[in-house]
Amino acid sequence: MVAETEKELVKKRPTGVVDKGADSTPAVEFIDVVKYFGEWGQRHRVLHGVSYSVPRGKTTVIAGGSGQGKSVTLKLVLGLLKPDSGRILVDGQDVSRLGRKKLRDLRMKFGVLFQGAALFDSLSVFENIALPLRERTRLTEQEIEERVAVTLETLELTGHEKKFPAQLSGGMQKRVGLARALQLDPEIVLFDEPTTGLDPVMTREIYDLFRRTQERLGYTAIIVSHDIPKVFDLADQIVLLNKGEVDVFTDVGQIKDSEKPYIREFAEMTLGDLFKADSKKG
Amino acid sequence: MTFWAKPFFYLGDTCLYLLADLGRMGIFFLAALAGLFKRPFRGKELLKQLHFIGAGSIAVVFFTALSSGMVLGLQGVYTLQKFGADGMLGSGVALTLIMELGPILTALMVAGRAGSAMCAEIGIMRISEQIDALECMAVDPFRYLITPKFLAAIISVPLLTAMFDVVGIYGGYLAGVKMLGVSSGSFFNGMMNSVSNHEIQIGLIKSFVFAFLLVWISTGRGYFVLQIRGAGFGAESVSKVTTQAVVLSSISVLIFDYLLTAVLL
Repeated sequence: MVAETEKELVKKRPTGVVDKGADSTPAVEFIDVVKYFGEWGQRHRVLHGVSYSVPRGKTTVIAGGSGQGKSVTLKLVLGLLKPDSGRILVDGQDVSRLGRKKLRDLRMKFGVLFQGAALFDSLSVFENIALPLRERTRLTEQEIEERVAVTLETLELTGHEKKFPAQLSGGMQKRVGLARALQLDPEIVLFDEPTTGLDPVMTREIYDLFRRTQERLGYTAIIVSHDIPKVFDLADQIVLLNKGEVDVFTDVGQIKDSEKPYIREFAEMTLGDLFKADSKKG
Repeated sequence: MTFWAKPFFYLGDTCLYLLADLGRMGIFFLAALAGLFKRPFRGKELLKQLHFIGAGSIAVVFFTALSSGMVLGLQGVYTLQKFGADGMLGSGVALTLIMELGPILTALMVAGRAGSAMCAEIGIMRISEQIDALECMAVDPFRYLITPKFLAAIISVPLLTAMFDVVGIYGGYLAGVKMLGVSSGSFFNGMMNSVSNHEIQIGLIKSFVFAFLLVWISTGRGYFVLQIRGAGFGAESVSKVTTQAVVLSSISVLIFDYLLTAVLL
């Protein structure tokens, strides 16, 4: 019965409602999170007691070098990995302590765009986008078709619904992935390297799409990306991960002004001319 | 770590890994079984899997059965004639096929053909994050992916085994009666007199157990492709794990065949 109620809620949840900033409690909180990887005798710590909050209805960009735990962070939020110590709270619920059913219910709040889009290669574009609606709602097939058609049009995918993922370009796969992630009107959307492997035009298209959908749906976004500094334009908050430690900034200016040597080095290498111009002025 | 301590460390480490792997596979098996009772039921996917595992294996099972039956017929006549007992041919062929060769060879053929494909499919879905995507959409990957395969294997393998038995017996009949001139009446009489419900039940129980084993090992290895030690990464890991799944399924079928024969006879 609980599952039915939940499905009804999804069915009834209105689309296009913007409640950005309506609730001031954080959407996600990391409290002293420690995560190890590797086998016995060769374990290394990826996150060293990380603590920060992700504000509701805003965009948080998580940046840092390779192997610093950015994608791990997303998997921890989703409960796909468990922290070795510490807590991750999503709407006040500790993800790592939830049972299978409660975790599944919590995941209804999420939409995820994976690095490789993670589309089901045996399903067509239409079936991929319709999958969460078929599995998690009680919509009729006609309602699903109508809803998917609207999404396809919004994301400029009309005419491609019968194609399979292997027949699509990288940018189109990402768009289909985003369409699928947004089908259940998620409260929190996680983007894992959304523009990796895309050309500059397609990258801009994905960012425009992100802006439009977030404006319309008002979701909390967590973006893991290497596309620096472009991705910072989207950020309300920037989280820099370095050797398992975390620094939180509200804008790029704060990164440039940081006294910490590794952040200055990061800024110099990634912000390029922007950083140099500011340094000369200083 | 001292030189003398190393072997103990690796032994302990390996034992812990094997224990963890067994635990993972055990939980996987229970979760897949639990998926049989979850709704909504994926009837279309079940039909697709029945077509792939069952209908798709008919040809290979048919030819294996025909060949095994004919060889049994030839060998049977050759051996039994030495004792003047070629009238026992029908009995020997039928009992061997129904109780042993039918269940075993069918399971091995299905493990090689469908088991490897199931393992590779699930493994690729795991490494390309498709299974993670299902979990993130709050869709139970067991109910969605694994359970239809379990159900299809449990239905298909006993039916394929029954087909194997019939075709194999016909192969024995062709070789023994039509080619080597054994009496048709003694072939069928011997068979009817020696095969009872008990023997058919043994074959059927074996085929059910083998179906569980091969689908469990094949899908489980693919599902845990990222946690299997020494499997490597990416495409290489899927290829290694697929090989491992077929080898493990085949060995398990042979071991369980002995155990079941010892218990059921």
